[in-house]
Amino acid sequence: MTLEKFILAAITTDPEKAPTGCAVFHVDSVEELHKVALNLEAILDGIAHLVSEEVFVVVRH
Amino acid sequence: MNEYLYPVIFGVVVGTVTRISMLKTDYRQYPTYLHGKIIHIALGFIAASLGTIAVPAILEEEYTAITFLTVAASQFREVRNMERNTLTELDSYELVSRGKAYIEGIALTFESRNYLVIFTSLLSTFAYVIFGIGIATIVAVICFFITHRMMKGNKIGDIVHVEYKPLHFEGAGLHVDDIYIMNIGLPSKQEIILEYGMGFVLTPKNLNALTTISNLGQRQAIIHDVSTALGVHRDSGEPSLYPLAKRDLIDGRLGVFLIPHEQDREKAERVIKACPTLENAIRMPSERHLDQKGRERA
Repeated sequence: MTLEKFILAAITTDPEKAPTGCAVFHVDSVEELHKVALNLEAILDGIAHLVSEEVFVVVRH
Repeated sequence: MNEYLYPVIFGVVVGTVTRISMLKTDYRQYPTYLHGKIIHIALGFIAASLGTIAVPAILEEEYTAITFLTVAASQFREVRNMERNTLTELDSYELVSRGKAYIEGIALTFESRNYLVIFTSLLSTFAYVIFGIGIATIVAVICFFITHRMMKGNKIGDIVHVEYKPLHFEGAGLHVDDIYIMNIGLPSKQEIILEYGMGFVLTPKNLNALTTISNLGQRQAIIHDVSTALGVHRDSGEPSLYPLAKRDLIDGRLGVFLIPHEQDREKAERVIKACPTLENAIRMPSERHLDQKGRERA
């Protein structure tokens, strides 16, 4: 089963802005944010979209 | 020896040669070399035989025999199904898919080519029986040119102006000119896109063209054609490097984002212009005629 048009994971540096209802990865720095987003993009076959400066979401289209 | 033997041989040969001349493996890589061609040549031979045999049947007043042409029609509808099924199956293995509209267009073309072969054989044989080989050859040549003329549909270059525009990012938003394409969050992916990506803006020449290029199947066909001709800088599991075409909602221009392997702008532009306009994407809003009260005229 593949989930499409659905937030598969979120990555954030700001715990207060973390979304709910999906897997959230908390990171400490922007570098780590990019690194985790790149890994999750590859693992989930999705695209890492930048929602705001602190939050990335991975969505498969 | 039967009096129809030479006309029948002539008709079958002309029909089969016409079908062979319509088969070419081009940048779209279809039909596949060699086995795909054999299937179509064999079906072309059957079509030529059916068209040819109809002539002696008419001349011998065997009118019921003409009904076998209906068998031919259902046979060639099968050809269309076969093409559709094969290409749909294979489409999932393409890095940039053809899309259902393009597949339907190809299937339609393969069916119609067999009918063109039937007409060519029928007319050539008829001319042979009535007037002799001289006139029959002229008829065959005329049919040959007509079928080739009918094979050539419109190209995208006929209905739009194609212009190269560099890609740029506004925040995470990828743009071609001022047309938004998609959100790419990762700086590393943005760098790849700026290095290998290309942007083209397709400006429709009229209202009909605007509606045609807004069709999603037509857009996919353009992207597929360029990706086949120039390669694509991506692999499976890399959705952020997928070429896309998006529309400007205000004026209907189409922004095409490509990420070809071969970095040749002029070639990419030529391929976009040479992409066929799909029959099922063509809309003609300008053909709708309303009278002064706004009612539709017949």
